[in-house]
Amino acid sequence: MAGLVYDVVVIGGGPAGLAAAIKTTEYGLKTLVLEQGEKLGGITLQCIHPGFGIHYFKEDLTGPEFIYRFIKKIESLGVEYYTNAYVESIEYRSIMEKKISVIMPGRVLDITTKTIIYTTGARERHRYEINIPGANVSGVYTAGEAQAMMDLWGVMPGKRVVIVGSGDVGLIMARRFALEGARVEAVIEILPYPGGLTRNIVQCLKDYNIPLYLSHAVVEIKGRKRVEKVVVAKVNENLEPIPGTEREIECDTVVIAAGLIPQVRLLEKLGVPIDPATRGPIVNDYLETSIPGIFVAGNALVINDFVDYAVEQGEQAADGARLFIENKGIHTRKWRRIVKGRNIRLAVPHYVSGDKDVVLYARVKWPEDNVWFRIPETGRKLFMPKVRPAEMIRYVLAKDDILKTTDKITLEVSGQ
Amino acid sequence: MGKTRVLIIGAGITGLSIARVLSMYENLDVVVVEKEPDVGWGATKANTAIIHPCHEEDPDKHPLRAKLCLEGHDLWYKWTKELDIPVKWPGELIVATNDEEASALKHYLSLGMRNGVAGVRIVDKEELAALEPNVNPNAIAGLWAPTAGQMSPWEAAVALAENSVSNGARILFETEVKRVVVREKKVVGVETNNGFIEADMVINAAGIHADEISRSAGIDEFTIFPRRGEYVIYDEDVDIKVKRIVHTAPTPKTKGVYVTTTLEGNLLIGPTAEDLPIDAKEEKSTTRNGIKYILEAAKKILKTIPPRTKIIRMFAGLRPEPSTGSFIIKFYEEPWGFINVAGIRSPGLTAAPAIAYYVRDMIAERTSLVEKRKWNPIRRGIKRISRMNQDEKARIVKENPRYGRIICLCKEVSEAEIIEAIKRMKAIGVKTITLDGIKFRTHAMFGRCQGSFCRLRIALLISREQDIPLWKVSFKGSGSEYGVGEVKEVFKEV
Ligand SMILES: Cc1cc2nc3c(=O)[nH]c(=O)nc-3n(C[C@H](O)[C@H](O)[C@H](O)COP(=O)(O)OP(=O)(O)OC[C@H]3O[C@@H](n4cnc5c(N)ncnc54)[C@H](O)[C@@H]3O)c2cc1C
Ligand SMILES: Cc1cc2nc3c(=O)[nH]c(=O)nc-3n(C[C@H](O)[C@H](O)[C@H](O)COP(=O)(O)OP(=O)(O)OC[C@H]3O[C@@H](n4cnc5c(N)ncnc54)[C@H](O)[C@@H]3O)c2cc1C
Repeated sequence: MAGLVYDVVVIGGGPAGLAAAIKTTEYGLKTLVLEQGEKLGGITLQCIHPGFGIHYFKEDLTGPEFIYRFIKKIESLGVEYYTNAYVESIEYRSIMEKKISVIMPGRVLDITTKTIIYTTGARERHRYEINIPGANVSGVYTAGEAQAMMDLWGVMPGKRVVIVGSGDVGLIMARRFALEGARVEAVIEILPYPGGLTRNIVQCLKDYNIPLYLSHAVVEIKGRKRVEKVVVAKVNENLEPIPGTEREIECDTVVIAAGLIPQVRLLEKLGVPIDPATRGPIVNDYLETSIPGIFVAGNALVINDFVDYAVEQGEQAADGARLFIENKGIHTRKWRRIVKGRNIRLAVPHYVSGDKDVVLYARVKWPEDNVWFRIPETGRKLFMPKVRPAEMIRYVLAKDDILKTTDKITLEVSGQ
Repeated sequence: MGKTRVLIIGAGITGLSIARVLSMYENLDVVVVEKEPDVGWGATKANTAIIHPCHEEDPDKHPLRAKLCLEGHDLWYKWTKELDIPVKWPGELIVATNDEEASALKHYLSLGMRNGVAGVRIVDKEELAALEPNVNPNAIAGLWAPTAGQMSPWEAAVALAENSVSNGARILFETEVKRVVVREKKVVGVETNNGFIEADMVINAAGIHADEISRSAGIDEFTIFPRRGEYVIYDEDVDIKVKRIVHTAPTPKTKGVYVTTTLEGNLLIGPTAEDLPIDAKEEKSTTRNGIKYILEAAKKILKTIPPRTKIIRMFAGLRPEPSTGSFIIKFYEEPWGFINVAGIRSPGLTAAPAIAYYVRDMIAERTSLVEKRKWNPIRRGIKRISRMNQDEKARIVKENPRYGRIICLCKEVSEAEIIEAIKRMKAIGVKTITLDGIKFRTHAMFGRCQGSFCRLRIALLISREQDIPLWKVSFKGSGSEYGVGEVKEVFKEV
């Protein structure tokens, strides 16, 4: 179809996608954003709490305030976008030609593009994935669904709530329910430590007298039509319920805040290799996947706690797309592998080029205090008063340091 | 000449198959009464979905069951085509992992011969592996039954309901029969939560509750026990899948634990077979132990099973297990007009069409039936954009823009399909449009995210189409609303 040829197509109009599209447009690349939702903005539209933009704007904004700045920029730059545009498949035709099939109200489009920046965000884990059997009743929501119900549509999901998971999303939802007059009976966390920021433990639980049960799991949901109670049990070191420790908590609502998983279905179909640790694609420092010219950013790459990181990744992918288009591909070079050392659960990107400084994002496996984040190959280390699985470590690896290394770069956390 | 008023209790696969067959006759006025808001929500919704080859039915012990299984199996070839019910015929394998199980294969082989089932054969290790590469290398032999089929049972229920209604039958939803009313040794109707409904014949196809209904008509010949079966469904992207229907060697209680790939492409494992107390007829919960049991059984016959984190759904169904073990299909002379179609346990799904003709014959012996001149055997399912090619998509999206608005991302279900489902629900008489009703018709919310993205969007569509507040949208009937009220309302109450 004539006219539908782009340099860059951004799939997903959340923060990562909008940031990427702004940058590629500023670089003069012909860019199109495709968003399946009714509006641009992604998940931030329903996050009416503050905590957005602290790094990027050095201001504490709500989700909608934050994203509005990007949408305004998109409009003023005249970036082309379609909403209600669902991308159903991607086809790799050749290095400089990818075909994207899109379904929209009224038409079906085939779009040709040189590069793709894939920023479709994440999906939430639900009760079955975290092994909660029992009755298939109403009153069980993922945190995001409950949040959208309340904050976008003014619907109260329930009145007596048990939250599963103490990550920031779970904590924020606990407070959200409390603010609306619901009784939050408990936050249940399977790990021996809370998943969220200390600040949120205080501001979302302590301030509202909401109990947090660590090393506990919801093992069953009971009810006839709607949730009537949950069965909670203590867990052992292997996170298995300890028989005899079961106890029931009466409630009418269960909110599952058990983490997010990158949404990479279309990439998987293309055969893009996925990192089992991040559950997003394996990428180089231009955030290019194993398929030339397909870049990923934001929660589709790795689950970010801060929207600012999603935006930063969007911008890095935009740089990658520009380089790709200018050079007809990211040329072969000597890639260094990022290796996960002691107490590192995941790290992104997976390969670095040495062309430039690189922002590394990593998460630890377990919490520790007064440790060093070290990279033996470069001799660099950074003191960290605490590391927490919930808090992503962001570290800028200098170009000069990379050039000192040969084939791998190890990240580790240790006592000295 | 007045019509004979036939009232069928229960809109499961049995009641609806009967409704379809009886809708062929001019002089019958067919009404189906269902306590749930939709069709097929009893045993019909939660089972293994297999059209059995019937080599596991013992014609000495349960002759009627064996006969109806065989006839039903063959009728489904025709019915699935006429009614556009998703079906496939992959064949099935019983996998033996030790000598005892291997000798069980011989038993079923001989039943297969006696029942005249086509193509049943014992296969050795090598052929077993060729038929099903993912079978455990420890397996020593298998029994191959090539005629086994798999269908979408809820789609079947919906299709039967739509077809019956288009041929003049009626369905009354959210109507629970309390008792059968008998006067002067004849049935005259049923008492329901919505009042008395007159009838000349009452067909009891109430599944797990059929014993209670029968007793209320004065027939106390059997008891129905709930026997629970639990299942897990995996994400469609798992590597380990089966091409055939595979199961462990049956025991006296069950046909074994099955491993199948559903019509939607998901790996399904189950069921358990657990006898529940008689008062647990609504207990459809899954349990840790149940899930553990089926996964271990599956491990025995598969090379490996996918990780637990790939499970996207757990569910359970209740088999209506009759105390006699046999199907109870009888026309009573006293009270005249009462018909039991009870104890329709496995292979009830397979047998249902044959059961329907069997019931028709019992009625025909007592009333001369007049065929309708214009009975329409055909029904078409909802068009799914996800199954169209690019040209078809382009055309339909242009005709109706709502096909271009994708609501469920995992299963690629459009707004038009959801609206169509609502329309069809209303057409068969559904009063409460439920999220479950939409789910089983469109497959929205069926995918790996289980509705965490789209459930809200679908609830919004129901709210708009039905003009009800969003929070009042129902999952599965009264008492299972989407929310509890408007935000801030909680404060108003105190
Ligand atoms: C409850 C909650 C609270 C949070 N609180 C904070 C906070 O306080 N501070 C903070 O900094 N961060 C917070 N975050 C994190 C932040 O919102 C995310 O990091 C950020 O939104 C990720 O951006 P994204 O662009 O990667 O993904 P998203 O915002 O998820 O955007 C992805 C977009 O892709 C679209 N899409 C998906 N598939 C397709 C397709 N096939 N075709 C077309 N479009 C598609 C989606 O509709 C969506 O709009 C919070 C997140 C949640 C869920
Ligand atoms: C775990 C399991 C696995 C199975 N696997 C297979 C298989 O693979 N192949 C196979 O052929 N068969 C299988 N079966 C058997 C098959 O599912 C059943 O035989 C069949 O679904 C029975 O259908 P039905 O219509 O008789 O009962 P149901 O589907 O239970 O329908 C009865 C209906 O009656 C309604 N009702 C009850 N009481 C009242 C009342 N008082 N008033 C109004 N309405 C009422 C109920 O709501 C329900 O809708 C399996 C069953 C189970 C549970």
